[in-house]
Order: sequence, then C-alpha cells, then structure tokens
Amino acid sequence: MRKSRSFVIWAFFAVAYFFSLTPIAAQHDDSHAQNEAHEHHTEDLCAHVGHHEGDFDPGSTAFHHIADPNLYSIGVWNFPLPCILYNKDQGWDIFMSSKFDFDFRGHGDGHKAYRGYVLDGGRVMRIKDGSLVQGEAVVGGFAHLDDESYACIDGTPHLLEAKSTMDGGFLGGGITSFYDFSITKNVVGMLLIVLLLGWLFLRITKAYQQRDGMAPKGVQSFIEPIFLFIQDEVAKPFLGDKWPKFQPLLMALFFFILALNLFGQIPFLGGVNVTGNLAVTMALALIAFIVTNINGKKPYWEHILWMPGVPGWVKFIITPVEILGLFIKPLTLMLRLFANITAGHIVVLTFVGLIFIFGQSGQSYGGSAIGIGLSIPLTLFMLAIELLVAFIQAFVFTILTASYIGAATEDAHH
Amino acid sequence: MTGSLAAIGAGLAVIGAGIGIGNIGAKAMEAIARQPEAVGDIRANMILMAALVEGAALIAIILAFFGG
Repeated sequence: MRKSRSFVIWAFFAVAYFFSLTPIAAQHDDSHAQNEAHEHHTEDLCAHVGHHEGDFDPGSTAFHHIADPNLYSIGVWNFPLPCILYNKDQGWDIFMSSKFDFDFRGHGDGHKAYRGYVLDGGRVMRIKDGSLVQGEAVVGGFAHLDDESYACIDGTPHLLEAKSTMDGGFLGGGITSFYDFSITKNVVGMLLIVLLLGWLFLRITKAYQQRDGMAPKGVQSFIEPIFLFIQDEVAKPFLGDKWPKFQPLLMALFFFILALNLFGQIPFLGGVNVTGNLAVTMALALIAFIVTNINGKKPYWEHILWMPGVPGWVKFIITPVEILGLFIKPLTLMLRLFANITAGHIVVLTFVGLIFIFGQSGQSYGGSAIGIGLSIPLTLFMLAIELLVAFIQAFVFTILTASYIGAATEDAHH
Repeated sequence: MTGSLAAIGAGLAVIGAGIGIGNIGAKAMEAIARQPEAVGDIRANMILMAALVEGAALIAIILAFFGG
C-alpha cells in the first residue's frame, strides 16, 4: 500500500513535470511562425481593427489569461482596479481603470485613452509618441505586429510601450517611459490571501490559547497536521536545534505559496497567477537568499571561498563554482516555482482552448461538441495534477530554503 | 531555425533530467521496499533530490530559450 501510494505520487510528479516543459516549446514556435506570417506595413494596421479577429490563437489567449492585468475578471465580467502610474514628464497619475472605458464583458480593451495611457488586453500601456498626452481620446482598437502593440486613434496607429521592468531588457522589458505601481489583479489576489491567512492563523492561535490541553477543533484540526508535518519533516531535520528561530519564516513561505497556488486554481474566480509571476517568486527567493547568507557561519563561508582539505590548485577551480552556486540556488528556487505554476495554468487554458479550436471559434457546433468532450476530462485531469503540484511546489520551496539555511548555519565538523 | 535549435536543447535537457529523476525514483522505490518503516524520510528526500535535478534542467531550458 505504501509502495503503491508513493508510486502514484511519483507518477503524478513525473507527468506534471512533463507538462511543465511542453508549452514553453510550443509557444516559442508559435510566435516565431507568427512573425514570419505578418508581412504588413504599419500603415495598414488599423484597416482591419474592429472586425472579427479571425483564427483562434491558443498561445496568445493563454498568455493573455496568465498576465497581470489592471482589471479583475470574475467569470467573463471585468471590474476596474486602481491604477498608480508614474511618468517622468507628467508625474503621478492615480485613477481607476474604468477611465479607459473597457467593456464589462470582454477582453479588457479600453475604448478611451487617458493622459497618454491606454488599456490593451487589460494591461496599461503608454503611447510612445507623447503628442496625445492631454486628456482623453477615443481608441478604435489595438493591433499587434512583430511583438509591438499599436493603438488605433482616428485610424492612425500609435506605437505603445509596456511598463518598466527591472530585467534590463533580458525578457523583453527594460526601462520605458513609465512605471506601474498599480493594484493589479495579482496584488489584489495577494492581499486577499494575506488577509485570509492572517485571519485564519490568528483564529487558530486564539483557539490554542483558549483550548489549552484539549483536542483541536474545527479549522484548527485541519491546519495542525500540515503545520506539524512541515515542523517535523522540514524544520527539525534540516535546521537541527536552531529550528525555532527559522520556523516562522518557513511556515510563512509554505502557507503563503500553498494558499496562492490553490487560490490561482479556482476556476472563474480570476485565476490569479501570483506564484506564476517571476517578480513574486524572485522576491521570495531573494528573502531565502538574504536569510541564508546573513545567518551563514564561518564554516559556510570557508567552504565557499577557500575549501579546506583540498589541494591548492583545486581551490582555484572550486571557489568560482561555489560562488556561482551561491547565486544559482536562489535562481533555481525562483524559476522552479514560476515554471511549474505558469506551465500548469497554460496547459489548463490550452485544454479549454480545444473547444474553440475544434469549434472554429463558434462556427461549427459539432466541432465544439467534440472539443467539449475532449476538453472537460483533460482539464479535470490537469486540475487534479495541479492540485498536487500546488502542494509539492510549496513543500519543495520550503524544504530547499530549510536545507540552504541548514547548510549555512551548520557548525564545523571535521 | 533558432526556435527549433532551442527546442532541441530543451529536449536534451529533459533527457538528462528524465534519467536523473528516473534513477532517484527507482532507488527510492528500492529503499522503501527494503525498509518500509523509513518511507517518510525517503519520500521527503526523494522529492528534495528530484527538485534539485529539476532545477538543473530548468536552468538548461531557460538558457536554451533565451540564449538560442
């Protein structure tokens, strides 16, 4: 029984791993083929805007849904969120995204430009050419060509640019003309989860104080085994007798990641992709990195900078590798969580997209029926796997953080 | 062509990670069969090791796509 159970867990893990890799390859080829297919000039861009969009593109649809928009969608309905934008020339702009006049039911394309900003597919973009900065203007639609977005105002395309990102252009971002500090969908999801966890754990703490020495009750008995599992399987074995010091960090990481992973999987509730956002996982990995290194003892630094017990010339090989490893550890922590959660969301969305592929965007009812027949079991299967991945990834993030901290705080043993 | 080359690189990374994770899984199964009472420890360590192997594969894949 035990053997078969762990085999099932293993098989799920392997399948989830396989699925986590495929969409990246598929998407890359998609965008490549698209770029070659587009041979239009920018002048013609606005001619077709507003008409039917044409073929369904599962790749771009999936990426639209895992993005971090400036509106919150529940089901098919969009709700405005506050935008907090900064531009060097016009300073701070704080307004609700309803200023962009997007459809209550729709894709989140704004029909109006406001002080140079537009809403393209739910995300705030800025018109690069600053001539339209003043006031409001009617936007006819949006066109996309070679990874660039254009807003059509009075039939002329205006090049748009996205918000500034800190990756220095490595992932296609970099510093642009404006910064976005908005309360986006991800921020709302994160705040909701923080409030929920805060309320839950304060309640449980109170229950422990009031029911001291008695059996756990209600939600207390749901959280207690998970809490004790992390304490006994992660904190104590990896951190030795220093575990009480790092216990709060590990618990915060575990429950924060777990709750966000699970919240992102509830269908029709926005599907916030917080732990599948590189910035969020980077912040989490950075916390792990800082805590590991400020608690690093002498033997830890000695083993990195000047490995004891090996011949002198080997030290010159080992030291650069160890220093590299110092940064690769948080990097993999960041990428693992991001890749697993993002890939899970993309696969689910692609399976849902089967309905539209087979149904030719609603033109063929028979095809839609086949699509639904395929899509529902596949999506359910994937959601079941993702439920497992949500736990495994939260657990792996915590156990790896614990092992890094444990290795850094270990006392000398020779 | 860069797209397809990157895909080959990603595929090679997956082969390596697949062999690695497969070995971990096989050995963990053997260890559990030999010592069923240590199943908790073995499973935790198995997931940890698999995560480390997966990390190497992820780095290879990210490099394949952004470098290629």
